[in-house]
Amino acid sequence: MAVAHGIASGIGGIRAAGDLVARMQVSRGMRIKEAKEYVAGCLRISVEDIADPVVMSELREDLDIGRVNAVPGAAKGIDAKFRIAELLDIKINCVNKFRERTGL
Amino acid sequence: MQDAIFTRMGDGERISMPVQEMKEELLEGTQDAAKKGRIPELTEEDLQQLFEILAEPGRIVSVPSGKEVVVTDDGCAKIFYSGPADGGAALPISRQNSVLAYERGFAADTVSFGHEDYSFKPAKALIDYEMQTYYTTSLATTVPCFYGSQPNLGLYFRPDGPHPNPADLLPHGRIDEAKAAQEEAAEQLREDMVYVGQKLAEVGCEGINFDTTGSAGDADFHATLMAVAELKEKVPLMSVEVGMSGEFVLGMHGGITFEGKRLAGMYPHEQADAAAAAGADIFGPAVNVNTSRSVAWNLARAVTFVKHVVESSKIPVHPNVGMGVCGVPMCVETPIDCVTRVSKALVLIGKADGL
Repeated sequence: MAVAHGIASGIGGIRAAGDLVARMQVSRGMRIKEAKEYVAGCLRISVEDIADPVVMSELREDLDIGRVNAVPGAAKGIDAKFRIAELLDIKINCVNKFRERTGL
Repeated sequence: MQDAIFTRMGDGERISMPVQEMKEELLEGTQDAAKKGRIPELTEEDLQQLFEILAEPGRIVSVPSGKEVVVTDDGCAKIFYSGPADGGAALPISRQNSVLAYERGFAADTVSFGHEDYSFKPAKALIDYEMQTYYTTSLATTVPCFYGSQPNLGLYFRPDGPHPNPADLLPHGRIDEAKAAQEEAAEQLREDMVYVGQKLAEVGCEGINFDTTGSAGDADFHATLMAVAELKEKVPLMSVEVGMSGEFVLGMHGGITFEGKRLAGMYPHEQADAAAAAGADIFGPAVNVNTSRSVAWNLARAVTFVKHVVESSKIPVHPNVGMGVCGVPMCVETPIDCVTRVSKALVLIGKADGL
């Protein structure tokens, strides 16, 4: 059922910028309008582009912040989250813990 | 305009409803929510928009481009590997595989998982395993990854737990004993939730979802609020989502307060205030579904509650839209026509920040 909601109303996860908008809600408690505007500003795109998989797949590839398509060598998981934390200027708990564990 | 609209009852049964009857159902639904919650009814424009969403001829409907919202979930990866209690398909794959399939195969905005019994009490007993699972999963996921669990105070009462069961005491008029049992059980629940939350935060947990909060009444809700406040102080980088079990906090105790406000009887807008005061980052209201009434009636009620809580809340609001809440029919295999109409209505008219 969550999949149906995602298709009807969701942003599209890492096909688009759904995870990035979600990060601003969970990290900074931003309402949806503010979160979208913040992400659009960081990505230098329009708010309308946030859910566009064509715009976002190219941008995600350029920024190397994780895509659905399994391109060998491209960042996914914790690698991508390091870049996302920097891009959005937020702290992500698992990224911080990774830094602590590895001494980075 | 067709003379009758294809729709469903709250239990999922297909029906055809005359246009005028549907409009009356919508009006009755919003009036019922407004009366119970002491909140404003939907406007005429809202009701017309809601009618148009329900009357759309397509099987699936959606929000227009630019109006998309974040979708969080309550352990939805369980749809792959879990059993019938969670609507699961029992695929022979792990929790981690399910989460990654949900993230990459279905392009989820966020993902989550939890203990198979999905409550803090059983999770605590296996906390090392839960920590390891979270750790390895968070290395592979890109989207925000939540750990979900229910407070589920009921597990602390006999025969499942050590405390006397209020449901046994109350019918005998042993009210003080029932209250004391709930207070003691709630304290143990709070300790368990903080313990599990802190342990998960140690391995980098990005967010924790207190799901189905208040299912055992006001003591259950109070324990959750206290745990949220403590966790936000001790591990502030771990986000907290509080999702409710119902539209109305049951007064199983009746006298419990949080920051001077009595919890029993709180409706969603008051619940959201309490959750925000405790430090929650996202609030998930649940609006009950009456299976004997139409989806139109139920959805009008849900949108009325959600619109008001979104307007008054200080934190993002993600209404719970699983089976049997916020207008989604109460049936295991929920029909996509209703699910997508609920989705669209809560976002466009309710102005939800997410689902």
